Amino acid sequence: MSGPSNGGADHSLRWLKRAVAFPYFWLLLFFLAPFLIILKISVADPIIAQPPFTSLLQWGEHGFEGIRVTFANFAFLFQDGYYGIIYLASLKMAAISTLLCLLLGYPMAYYIARQPPQRRQLLLLAVILPFWISFLLRVYAWIGLLNNRGVINDFLIWTGVIHAPIQMLYNDFAVYLGIVYSYLPFMILPLYSNLERMDLDLLDAAADLGARRWRAFVDVTLPISVPGIIGGCLLVFIPAVGEFTIPALLGGADTLMIGRVLWDEFFINRDWPVASAVSVVLLLLLIAPIMWFQRLQSREHEAKS
Amino acid sequence: MSEPTALPLIQIRSVTKTFDGVTAVNDVSLDILRGELFAILGSSGCGKTTLLRMLAGFENPTSGRIVIDGVDMTDVPPYERPVNLMFQSYALFPHMTVQQNVAYGLKKERVPEAQIRERVAEMLALVKLGPLAGRKPDKLSGGEKQRVALARALVKRPKLLLLDEPLAALDRKLREHTQFELANLQYQLGTTFVVVTHDQDEAMTLASRIAVMHAGRIAQVGTPGEVYEYPANRYVAGFVGNINLIEGRVAGTANGRLTLHSDALEADLAVACEDPPGPGSELCVAVRPEKITISREAPSNGDRNVVKGVVRDLGYFGDQSLYRVRTRTGAIVQVSAQNLRRSAKLTVEWDDEVFLSWEVGSTILLRS
Repeated sequence: MSGPSNGGADHSLRWLKRAVAFPYFWLLLFFLAPFLIILKISVADPIIAQPPFTSLLQWGEHGFEGIRVTFANFAFLFQDGYYGIIYLASLKMAAISTLLCLLLGYPMAYYIARQPPQRRQLLLLAVILPFWISFLLRVYAWIGLLNNRGVINDFLIWTGVIHAPIQMLYNDFAVYLGIVYSYLPFMILPLYSNLERMDLDLLDAAADLGARRWRAFVDVTLPISVPGIIGGCLLVFIPAVGEFTIPALLGGADTLMIGRVLWDEFFINRDWPVASAVSVVLLLLLIAPIMWFQRLQSREHEAKS
Repeated sequence: MSEPTALPLIQIRSVTKTFDGVTAVNDVSLDILRGELFAILGSSGCGKTTLLRMLAGFENPTSGRIVIDGVDMTDVPPYERPVNLMFQSYALFPHMTVQQNVAYGLKKERVPEAQIRERVAEMLALVKLGPLAGRKPDKLSGGEKQRVALARALVKRPKLLLLDEPLAALDRKLREHTQFELANLQYQLGTTFVVVTHDQDEAMTLASRIAVMHAGRIAQVGTPGEVYEYPANRYVAGFVGNINLIEGRVAGTANGRLTLHSDALEADLAVACEDPPGPGSELCVAVRPEKITISREAPSNGDRNVVKGVVRDLGYFGDQSLYRVRTRTGAIVQVSAQNLRRSAKLTVEWDDEVFLSWEVGSTILLRS
């Protein structure tokens, strides 16, 4: 019944639907499917076998016998105080690192956003440039710098400021330094894109109405940049909680982070079910701030339309 | 509210502003009286915005002084001036409600909370925005935003209100309406308003006096009538309203008049002039289209300048008609005529041979 022009519209609509479906397909394949596998393992019992956990679906001589589910792994996580402490320690480390990134990143993003356009491009490039070098190499470079016989200690001893090397590596300080260093660009970029969009007439208006520069910043710039602050904080906080490489390379034996526990459970204890339970709980902990941010954004979106 | 006193509210004294060697404002001196609605009119890049920003305190003059109400304000920062600015973009704080936007200036002044509420409510009622007090700016129409911006700038009771292209962002219908509201408000409050605009109609209808700016300098200051009927120079004559410019050579002088011969119009024009230049000197005169009478018969009554031509173009607008008349040499003269008599047939049509005439007194002598 439809004419040729209508057919064309149908055609493009079909393509549009496919294009929209693609991200969902991606999420399904690379996020939901692995998560379901992890979830499945987390409700299994550990056994000495290959793979080292019991199967979800039980098959007997007479075929399908039922589903085997246990919450013992989760119960174990809550009973053993060790895990709770490590979760809290990881959240604390991530929170402090995020705060440090914000305190460092905000002035940097602000400065870049207020430069003439050509300088802005150059400074942004400088922020992104470290990504061209492998993450692992950059973390190793810090070992060379912070070592007791490293560049910094050697220099300080040479200048006579200190006589014995300062222990800067293999402790929480090194982990904070590593996380802040690695994740700072993720804080700067969303803040920059927010601050760069701001209408500078607003600051003139605040000054005209009696606000000094600092006051105008607190009253106008800061509240308008809240979405950028939240975006940057989530981009730093979420990966920092589960960070494994940095505490493993720069941290000491007493640096407890959930990423290392996860590693130990998988590769040393070979207790896949408990390791899976650890990561499921971690995911649930991280979903809360993401959902809060989503709600905040949709509310803002609503206000605009 | 306040009687105009001898001392002008604003004294701009040989103010110059240069940006990286480019002179934006060049040796401008200007007095603005208390209670005036003053317009600074000019095309873009003429320096009017820079002058405005210096009055608000966002720019410091390279040289010269700015005195507001007897106090030298040249180097006083914007947050300490008794001056408020209504921005062309309105610059409403997007994260604050209408009420919070308007209250902001009073909060910074540390006015007691109860008084703030009262004054904001009063101001919102004045601009008829009371019911919208709880809305955020992005839920307002263009006209409503404009009124919030106005209320926010006026609530601090500034001695001087600056308005940067106050009507430019509004559509035409709303603009006409708002124009009268603005003039009314200024009359009610008695606050001195300085409007910066590139729109001559806006300046003419709003302002009691106009300064026409050109290339960083003041080209003329006067009432709308003075600027229109007695333009000081060619730039003002051409910028404000339509005009016919006529070049010519002085052919003779007598009794406070000179005779100007125009080759383009093939006519001798009489021009009133107190101190006429010698014969042979080049001069430019001008005449407004509405001052010219168009007729098919030669005009009978005397003391008029007369030019002959043929109607090339005719625009009928109902209330008036615009004619473009070409002389034998090809020069074009614009004439506008009110259609005073009710008639579907025009008295002058295309290709008619016509006489154009105007009173000698309507001829404007432009010296520069």
